[in-house]
Amino acid sequence: MTAVLEVTGVTKAYGDVQVLRGIDLAVPEHQAVALIGASGSGKSTLLRCIDLLDDIDDGDVLLDGEVITDPERDPIEVRRRLGLVFQAFNLFPHLSVLRNVVLAPVRAHGVRGEEAESRARALLARFGLAHRADDYPDRLSGGEQQRVAIVRALATQPRALLLDEVTSALDPELVGEVLDVVRGLKESGMTMLIATHEMGFARDVADEVCFLHDGVVAERGAPERIFSAPEHPETQRFLRRVTASSGVPLR
Amino acid sequence: MDGPGGRGAGAALSRREVRAAARRRRGRRGFAIAAASTVVVLGGLVAVVVTSPGWPAVRETFFSWPDFRRAFPDVLEGFWLDIRLFVVVEAAVLVLGLVVALARTSRAAALFPLRLLAAVYTDLLRGIPTILLVYLVGFGVPALELTGVPTDPVVLGAAALALSYSAYVAEVYRAGIDSVHPSQKAAALAVGLTQVQAMRHVVLPQAVRRVIPPLLNDFIALQKDVALVSILGVVEAFRVAQIDASSNFNYTPLLAAALLYLCVTVPLARVVDRLQAGARRARGGVEVPA
Repeated sequence: MTAVLEVTGVTKAYGDVQVLRGIDLAVPEHQAVALIGASGSGKSTLLRCIDLLDDIDDGDVLLDGEVITDPERDPIEVRRRLGLVFQAFNLFPHLSVLRNVVLAPVRAHGVRGEEAESRARALLARFGLAHRADDYPDRLSGGEQQRVAIVRALATQPRALLLDEVTSALDPELVGEVLDVVRGLKESGMTMLIATHEMGFARDVADEVCFLHDGVVAERGAPERIFSAPEHPETQRFLRRVTASSGVPLR
Repeated sequence: MDGPGGRGAGAALSRREVRAAARRRRGRRGFAIAAASTVVVLGGLVAVVVTSPGWPAVRETFFSWPDFRRAFPDVLEGFWLDIRLFVVVEAAVLVLGLVVALARTSRAAALFPLRLLAAVYTDLLRGIPTILLVYLVGFGVPALELTGVPTDPVVLGAAALALSYSAYVAEVYRAGIDSVHPSQKAAALAVGLTQVQAMRHVVLPQAVRRVIPPLLNDFIALQKDVALVSILGVVEAFRVAQIDASSNFNYTPLLAAALLYLCVTVPLARVVDRLQAGARRARGGVEVPA
């Protein structure tokens, strides 16, 4: 079986800083892969590179077996098949929630306005945001904003969803509602690559956990194994530090 | 029933009412002081001016009611041309400025010559005195005797003003475009929009909203500079007033023209103030009572 997303030997440097030194990973259909690792370990960079927002230096990214990082390829067509949710939501502040969601289906996918709108309303309703459709983003709580951002990414029916630390900018009491949305997506079979600092969540929702360290996947495996018996000394150190700072043991 | 701060029987005011009354008293006292000091200072100034030995001559030369009444209808008619010129030039400036700004912010390699031209355009036209540009276009272009090119000084004057002001406005637009955080463009691209769509639907709408106050400031400047077309012999408010003033040896018509300009520029300035205050509030600034 070919994976929906496949990353092979990807390297990326910003100037003198070598962020990615050869990343290999695969996300099979309907599976969720969690990327964990310290801040600055390259999780966000990897997601941006997969969505072709940044050029990679070497290696390849494949979407449904097709190389998408070919420099000759049209990045727009590729991005239309992927969804990316940002840490800071990045909603369009001048557009209502509904307009945020329908912009891409109408402009990038040629869906008729009314149809895009009714689909958007249905999608918003599914995530408990129907009453927010006509509000502007600045009226929403952080959790609501991030849920809208997820709906916006889903509105174009992406092959896979890339989630970039989607709860890191939220107040602690708002984290749960966003994680519940992602859990729901996993249950509905969405293929996802999830960069996260929420270890309990990664353990719950991921089929595989990849620990990024020093620009490579230092350790990978089933979440139970990674969290209960990490083998790599850096993984052990990282997990010790995370559990110590959050004050709660891993579930 | 007494509140937590109540004192004894029901006759006593609550702390809340005492504070409110004190606030009202302070407010009334402040207003009274401001009014009194205004009357004293301005009244004093007026008294000094009016009683000074030169005052009758000043009044005769600048504030002559008969001269005002005689000249005003003609000046007003001239001013109507100023207004029309202003509206047409402003519309042209808004479009032209945007085109230049977009050319300057384009990133595509193929558009490099356009980018270069736009940079030269803004540098040159902002660097030349507007009056010189008006003269150059207004007298220079007809001298070429080209067929199909208008020679009407009103049209040429308007074109010169549009050239000059579009360079300023292009820079205002560009500042607005640069002020939209790159993450907005990233989000637009991530949902599958093209570069052009991202600019059109995400970046530009936010940029334009932010630059409305500075754009209005340029409107005010343009509204005044419309008078520069008078050097081409166009008979607008300033020119009418000038002709009247020099033939009657009285400057009152010029003050009439000034008054008409103020009637437009002062309200515009207040609109700018309000918009800027609104923008400050929208950014989350706190207003501190004086």
